[in-house]
Amino acid sequence: MTSPVLHKIDGHHFWLSPQRCLFWEEEKALILSDLHFGKTGHFRKHGIAVPQAVYREDLQRLLDQVIFYKAKQVIAVGDLFHSESNKELELFLKWRNDISSVQFTLVKGNHDILHQQWYEKAGIEVRTGFYGQAGIGFVHDPSELPETNGLYTFCGHFHPAVVISGTGKQSLQFPCFYFSKKMAILPAFSKFSGFATVRKKKGDQVYAIVDQSIITIQ
Amino acid sequence: MKAKANTGLSIIREWMAHKGYEPFAFQEESWQQILAGKSGLVNAPTGCGKTFSVFLGSIIQYINEQPSDFRKKKNLGLQLLWITPLRALAKDIARAMEEVLTELSIPWQVGIRNGDTSTTERQKQKKYMPEVLIITPESLHLLLAQKGYPSVLGSVRIIAMDEWHELLGSKRGVQVELAVSRIIHCRKTIDASAKTPQVWGISATIGNLEEAKNVLLAPLQQEGVIIKAQLDKKIEVIPIIPDEIEKYPWAGHLGIKLAHKLVPVIESNRTTLIFINTRGMSETWYQTLLTVAPQFAGAMALHHGSIEQELRLWVEEALHTEKLKAVVCTASLDLGVDFRPVDAVIQVGSPKGIARFLQRAGRSGHRPGEISRIYFLPTHSLELLEVAALKQAIQEKAIESREPMLLCFDVLLQYLCTLAIGEGFRAGEIFTEIKSTWCFADITETEWQKVLLPLTIGGKALQQYDEYKKVEVTDGLFHIRNRRLAMRHRMHIGTIVSDAMLKVKLMNGGFIGVIEEWFISRLEPGEVFTLAGRNLELVMIKDMNVMVRKSGSKKTIVPSWMGGRMSLTANLGKILRETFNRALVDESDIELKSLHSLFELQRTLSHIPRNHEILIEQIEDKNGFHLVVYPFEGRQVHEAMSAILAYRIGKITPISFSISMNDYGFELLSDQPVPVDDSNARELFTTDNLLLDIQKSMNNTEMAKRKFRDIAVIGGLIFQGMPGEKKKARHLQSSASLLFKVFEEYDTDNLLLKQAYQEVLMQQMDEVRLRLALQRIVDSDIILRFPEKITPLSFPIIVDGLNRNHYSSESLEERVRKMQQQLEKD
Repeated sequence: MTSPVLHKIDGHHFWLSPQRCLFWEEEKALILSDLHFGKTGHFRKHGIAVPQAVYREDLQRLLDQVIFYKAKQVIAVGDLFHSESNKELELFLKWRNDISSVQFTLVKGNHDILHQQWYEKAGIEVRTGFYGQAGIGFVHDPSELPETNGLYTFCGHFHPAVVISGTGKQSLQFPCFYFSKKMAILPAFSKFSGFATVRKKKGDQVYAIVDQSIITIQ
Repeated sequence: MKAKANTGLSIIREWMAHKGYEPFAFQEESWQQILAGKSGLVNAPTGCGKTFSVFLGSIIQYINEQPSDFRKKKNLGLQLLWITPLRALAKDIARAMEEVLTELSIPWQVGIRNGDTSTTERQKQKKYMPEVLIITPESLHLLLAQKGYPSVLGSVRIIAMDEWHELLGSKRGVQVELAVSRIIHCRKTIDASAKTPQVWGISATIGNLEEAKNVLLAPLQQEGVIIKAQLDKKIEVIPIIPDEIEKYPWAGHLGIKLAHKLVPVIESNRTTLIFINTRGMSETWYQTLLTVAPQFAGAMALHHGSIEQELRLWVEEALHTEKLKAVVCTASLDLGVDFRPVDAVIQVGSPKGIARFLQRAGRSGHRPGEISRIYFLPTHSLELLEVAALKQAIQEKAIESREPMLLCFDVLLQYLCTLAIGEGFRAGEIFTEIKSTWCFADITETEWQKVLLPLTIGGKALQQYDEYKKVEVTDGLFHIRNRRLAMRHRMHIGTIVSDAMLKVKLMNGGFIGVIEEWFISRLEPGEVFTLAGRNLELVMIKDMNVMVRKSGSKKTIVPSWMGGRMSLTANLGKILRETFNRALVDESDIELKSLHSLFELQRTLSHIPRNHEILIEQIEDKNGFHLVVYPFEGRQVHEAMSAILAYRIGKITPISFSISMNDYGFELLSDQPVPVDDSNARELFTTDNLLLDIQKSMNNTEMAKRKFRDIAVIGGLIFQGMPGEKKKARHLQSSASLLFKVFEEYDTDNLLLKQAYQEVLMQQMDEVRLRLALQRIVDSDIILRFPEKITPLSFPIIVDGLNRNHYSSESLEERVRKMQQQLEKD
């Protein structure tokens, strides 16, 4: 794993990790989006044999990152869970129990359809719609970003991947962090998720995740 | 016994004489063989009474067995199972059979079962199975998913597989093999002493008839017979030549510039079929013909697989009753029944193969002794060369073979689920049965266990946190209990994979047809597209429906369908290379003469490759450095060969390629000069280390990924959604490319993933075929040219070669860095 890349917003320090998440230094918070936990289990329960190892590895990666940054808090910007409850979530609970000292906040996404009691059991604080903390905002779907709000906001939902092209009809695409003037769109944390391709607009900053490193896109 | 045997035969002969027909020798022969209890293959072209060979044979057999009361007995249960590849054929066949039965006063019922059959009809069939059932392979598998199917299918005496050449070599063919292996055992469940059903294939001429018969009959473990109709059909090929060849495009695949030349052809014939290679182009052609010749409005129709069923049926009916002057169609009307009048056939664009061309030509001039007439309209100049090649091929009778598919685990998985939702199956019994088929003859015990695994425990899992659910095993019986799973599986039975299809409906009601999701998802509301010959404005997409309204707009987008991109066959490629020998030398053929100026230009700019030569052109332009090679082996071989060449050049220096190809050659495009010159050109095509290089280059291309698309759908990994399941259904959706990525990373042993690579190896990168092609190149004179601009030969490849592949021997980071630098320069 190569070292994280620093991105500053209004004096806040965000460390971008090639593991598809970022660390907010001031708040000691790990920020990520679209983890889709339980997705493999959901598929398997319905007779579609996808390897469960993806899920296990996603969980392990998350733990790795929490430990690496010594995070005190995890903020999931939506789609933490994929669908209805299934047995995989029991493994999540067990895992959650191991790091119970870390605070866990979920800004609800369209996939988060579990019962409130379940989140309580898991020690997850749930926020619906827009959530603000220490001068930074969070909302799952960028289209639901309140107009009047002046806070710089992190979003998810899109699973952005940037397309870069060169001569000889070559083009490549990579999952990315997309920073525009008012908001940032985070890559999907889960390895079992597709992409929506985006092209970099002028003035915006884009960081591509190329294998194990973060590359700034010009 | 002898006298008895004659009853049926004499009744049929009498009936034929009464109708004024004289039985053909091959019909008589098939009747005799059927009476003798044999199985086999009838080889006869469309339009020569092939249906009557097997059908009347089964009637004669029946009369002979019930000589005194064959006119009285009713509800005998299924006697003749007639499998047909196309729904469109079923009605015509049924009509012809019913006519015979009525005239002979035999109270047999003829039923049709396919995707178009109504639920009430199905219910009726469940109660009283008709004596003759005409069915598609997919619907046959649906029957196998029903409880009690062994007794329904167990009474069958003859299984007839019509148009077998169409299915052989495809996964639908494998479906037929599996169904046959099951049905012939059903009979024993009713009556242990009963004779095994007879299996009869009916096929047009292909290169490997003997093998075709063996594949179909494999489960019977009988030798079987081949009966050939010795009917020599005369075929006339008439090219449609542009007036000014200089101005005719070098590339493209529409050819509408020549539309006006079709008008006199259509006018001078009673009915004309116009074959277009893809559905999208057929839409454009239909529109264009109406604009060029408005007098055809009402007398011309459009027919392709995405058009609403009722309209399709209407077209077929109108064609039957000669109400239509012309039908613009795709392969949807490739197969025809003997009973449909067509006078002329027009082929637009390359037919890609000799067998297909002959079959289409055969749609005209049905009656014995008549000449089949086919017009060929080139969509770009060079295609004229194919006319010359096709003429040659017809003379040489160089008809292609259809290679049967082997070890299709995706189809097997689907089949096992099908059995599991109906009666359930016992592993040992089914293993023996599938091992008797051609496709799975070589399956090992280990592989079989690996096939069962995804059904029961679903591969790798975290035991205590897993709830995998599909097939349950109770007392050795594998079955699916979950009704939801069963229902979902039923909806997915089939091996024809297309993108998710959405229904297109008018805002004010009315169904127009279906369209692929990937096409429509690129459109914005308000944009206009064409379907079923109508211009439609997209209003919105709701659930699985595309809501549209009629539009008067001239600017419209024609959908392109993913299917229909065929590759030139090796046979045609070879003849095409030979045809190049005549360019500028022997211009006795009108096609070659017309291309004179084009060849002149090719010679001036570069070189005309002769049969013993291989031409390589290197051209530099603003897009980068193009290396274009012309093996004339068909796109499929070119895809494999280009991957190997890219890999081998990539070993010389770190380099990235974008690869494009057509049937004549392929292009490697790079952002840096390509290190190929006279010193190393020959080495790059060497057959040394071929197997190793195939494996190495295969991992770097998208070929396996593309194969996996179909496999994932057939194998039940892709859930396409169904009516009534909305939000939660979306939670089960994923794309084949995502699954491919996940398996590549987390479960490399996955059976379906391995199959994707295996299919590439067997079909596309077939070592034997590649070795032959490469050897031919190595033995040729290699002509390397550096034209200053794009040549007539390279133009179609560079401009609209399909399937761009990619290869790189540079690191990802390096490539990103380079692209960023290029960006800065601009």
